[in-house]
Amino acid sequence: MIMATLGEMRANAVAEWQALEEDSRPSVLIGAATCGKAAGAFDTIAAFQEQQAKRGLDMTIIQVGCIGVCYKEPVVAIRKQGQPMILYGNVNADGVAHLTEKWLLGEDPCTDLAIGTFGNQLVNGIPPLSSHPMLGTKPRIILRNCGVIDPTNFNHCLARGGYEGFEKALAWTPQQVIDEVKKAGLRGRGGAGFPTGVKWQICRDQPGDIKYLICNGDEGDPGAFMNRSLIEGDPHAVLEGLLIGGYALGAAEGYIYIRAEYPLAIERLNLAIEQIRQASLLGKNILDYDFHFDIKIREGAGAFVCGEETALIASVEGKRGMPRARPPFPATSGLWEKPTVINNVETLATVPSIIRMGAEEYARYGTERSKGTKTFALAGKIKNTGLIEVPLGTTLRQIVFDIGGGILKDKELKAVQTGGPSGGCIPAFRLDTPVDYESLTEAGTIMGSGGMIVMDENTCMVDVAHYFLSFTQRESCGNCPPCRVGTWHMLKILERIKAGDGEPMDIERLEKLAHTVKVGSLCGLGQTAPNPVLTTLRYFGDEYLAHITGHRCPAAVCPALITYEVTDACTGCTLCARLCPSNAIAGERKQKHTINPKACIRCGACHDSCNYNAIIVR
Amino acid sequence: MAASEGDAGILAEILDRYPKGDRGFLIPILQDIQEFCGYVSPDAVDEIAAFTGVSPGEVFGVASFYSHFRFTEPGKHTIKVCRGTACHVRGSERILEMMERQLRIKAGETTPDGLFSLERVACFGCCALAPVVVTDKDVHGRMSMTKAQRLLKEHEV
Repeated sequence: MIMATLGEMRANAVAEWQALEEDSRPSVLIGAATCGKAAGAFDTIAAFQEQQAKRGLDMTIIQVGCIGVCYKEPVVAIRKQGQPMILYGNVNADGVAHLTEKWLLGEDPCTDLAIGTFGNQLVNGIPPLSSHPMLGTKPRIILRNCGVIDPTNFNHCLARGGYEGFEKALAWTPQQVIDEVKKAGLRGRGGAGFPTGVKWQICRDQPGDIKYLICNGDEGDPGAFMNRSLIEGDPHAVLEGLLIGGYALGAAEGYIYIRAEYPLAIERLNLAIEQIRQASLLGKNILDYDFHFDIKIREGAGAFVCGEETALIASVEGKRGMPRARPPFPATSGLWEKPTVINNVETLATVPSIIRMGAEEYARYGTERSKGTKTFALAGKIKNTGLIEVPLGTTLRQIVFDIGGGILKDKELKAVQTGGPSGGCIPAFRLDTPVDYESLTEAGTIMGSGGMIVMDENTCMVDVAHYFLSFTQRESCGNCPPCRVGTWHMLKILERIKAGDGEPMDIERLEKLAHTVKVGSLCGLGQTAPNPVLTTLRYFGDEYLAHITGHRCPAAVCPALITYEVTDACTGCTLCARLCPSNAIAGERKQKHTINPKACIRCGACHDSCNYNAIIVR
Repeated sequence: MAASEGDAGILAEILDRYPKGDRGFLIPILQDIQEFCGYVSPDAVDEIAAFTGVSPGEVFGVASFYSHFRFTEPGKHTIKVCRGTACHVRGSERILEMMERQLRIKAGETTPDGLFSLERVACFGCCALAPVVVTDKDVHGRMSMTKAQRLLKEHEV
C-alpha cells in the first residue's frame, strides 16, 4: 500500500471539514472534557441520543474539548445548515428536549439558553461570541482549536492547520527554527519564564548525539487546569510542538510526563500519538527528511515536587522524585546524563503557531519583555469560572472584572492568588498590576503556570496561608532540612494562630523561618514555599493581628474563632437539627431553633444546608 | 498478606510486557500492578525487585515516595475529595470532614467493612466546578455537604 502524503491527507481532511460545515444535517458539538463530564455532559449526550432515536432525527453528535466557559457547563454548540453555529450553556436533559423541539426541529434559536454565535452574525438577539467577555478575547492562539474540533479526529486537526508549522520547520535548518523561537520572545509558560529559544540553543550546542526533549505536563499547582484542558481539547498541538522542538534540538526521543490524575488527557495523547504514527509523522525519516523522532508517555504518580525539572527527570528514570543541585542544568546533563530540555505543555503547544504565523506576528502581542498570549484558569469566588487566553500585560482588573464578570454574589474582592503554592496573594488595591513575569514578581508573587484563584471577603487570608503551607509541607520531598523542618514549624505557628492561641512574636518568627526556608532549600519548592505566607503577611497583616490579639477571624472561617447562630428567619423545619453531627441544635417543629455553642463542632453543616439562610456565622 | 493465585498470574502477565532489568520502567510497572490488583502487595514488591534488578527496599522506597501507590487493599468504592485551592475556598475541607465523620475513618483509610476508601487528592483540575468529589471514576462537580451525603448513600451497596 502506498502511503498518502501529508498534503493528500490534508486535502482530504479539509474536504471532510467543509462537508461537516455545509452538511444539510445539523451537527451538535458537546463539550465533554473532564470539567464538562463533572457538570453532567454525559447525561446531555445521552439525552441528545434519546431525542435522536425518538424523533428519528438525522444529525451528527460530536464530542469536543472545553471551550473555556466552564461556569456554563454543560456546553453545547449547534450548527444548522444556512445558520451560524450557536453556543448554548447549562444544557441539561430538559434543555436538550427544549433545544431539539425549538431549534433542531423548529425555527426558534432558543435565545434564553444561548451564549453567542460563532462568526459575526446576530441571530434573534443572540450576540456574536466575539463580543463575549471570556470567548471574545483576542487573539486565540493556544486555545484556537479547543471546543471547536473533535480532539479524537486527526482530520479536524489537519483541516485547521495542524502540523503546518512542523512542515515549515522541517524545510528550515534547526538553527533557523531556534532563531525564530528566540525572535518570538517566547518564555517558559510553566511559570519561571526562561526564554525558550535560549534553552533550546544551550542544549543544541552540547556535544553528543543523544538528546532528549521532555514535555512537563505535571500540572501540580492546585487550582490550575490549563494544561489539562489544552491536552483534552487539542492534543496534537502539544505533539507538534514536541516534533518541532525535537528537530530543533537534534533529539530523537521525546517524553510527555503527565499527571495520573488526568486520565482523559492521557487517553487523548495516546490516541493522538497513534494517529501521527500511522501518518508517518513519527518514526524514521519523517516526511522523507533526515529526522527521526518518537514520543513516549510517562505518568506521574502523585508527587507535586516532580514538576521541578530535576525531580521530574529522576522520576522518569524510575527513582524517587527528589531534586538535585544545579548546575549541571538539564540542558547540559539531564535524563540519563544526556542534554535534555524540559518545556511546559503550553510552551510547546505555542511553538507550532509561532512557526506557522511567524515570530514577528506573534511578538506583536504582549509586552516588551513578556511576549505573546497566555492561558489562565479562573476559579474561586468569581462569576465566570473557566479558561481564558489573554495577551500578557493585561491587568488583573481586566481579567477579574471585564473577563471574569466580577465577584460571586457581588461581594467584595479581597485578593487574587496566582502561582499556586509557590505564588502569593495580590490584594485588591494592587489590581491594576499588569500580568507579566516582572510585574508579578515585583508584587511578591509569580506568574506560575496560570492558575488564578479569586478570593472574596469571606476568605480568611491566614487560612489561605495555612492551606498552602500544609500543602507544601506535605509535598516536601524531605531532602533539605530547612524545607522539611522549617515548613513544619511554620505550619505549627499558623495552626496556633488559627486556633486563637497565637502570640505577637509569631509574626516575627514566621518571617525569620520563611527567610531560612527560602535561602536554605535546593529546589523551587522550598525556595518558594514561604511565598503565600509572606505575601499575606505583607498585605493582610491586620488579619493576622485580629487572630492573635483580637481572638477573632474577620472572615469568619477559622473554626476555633467563630460561632454559629440561628436568626429569626428560622422556620423550624428541623433540617439542621437532623443534619447536625454533634446534636448541638435543639428546637420544636415550626419553632425557632437554637445552637448550643458548647456542643457545636463548627462543621458548618447547618449553615450550608439551611434553605432560609437563617444561620449566620460570626 | 499473600497474593492470591490470580494476582500472581496478573503479575507475571504485567511484567511480561516490559524489558527485564531496566529500572526506567519501575514506575510504569508499579502503576500497572496497582491498576489491576488495586494495590501493591509485599509479594509484588519482591517480584518487581527480582525483575528490574533493584533491591526490594528500593522498590518500596520509590513506591512509597509517590502518594499514588497504596500498600493495602482498597475498599469496594474509593471516594476522593479534591483539596485544590478553588475547592478549598469553596468549602471542600468541610466536605472531607463530613465524610470522615460519616465513615468513621480518616482520609487515607478504608472502612472496616471494606466498603469505602477515603482519599484526599491535591487537585483534579476541575477547579471551575469546585468543590469536586470523585467516586470511583465518576467526577462530581459543584458539591455541597448535602449532595456529598447523598453520594455516600448511593454507594452504600
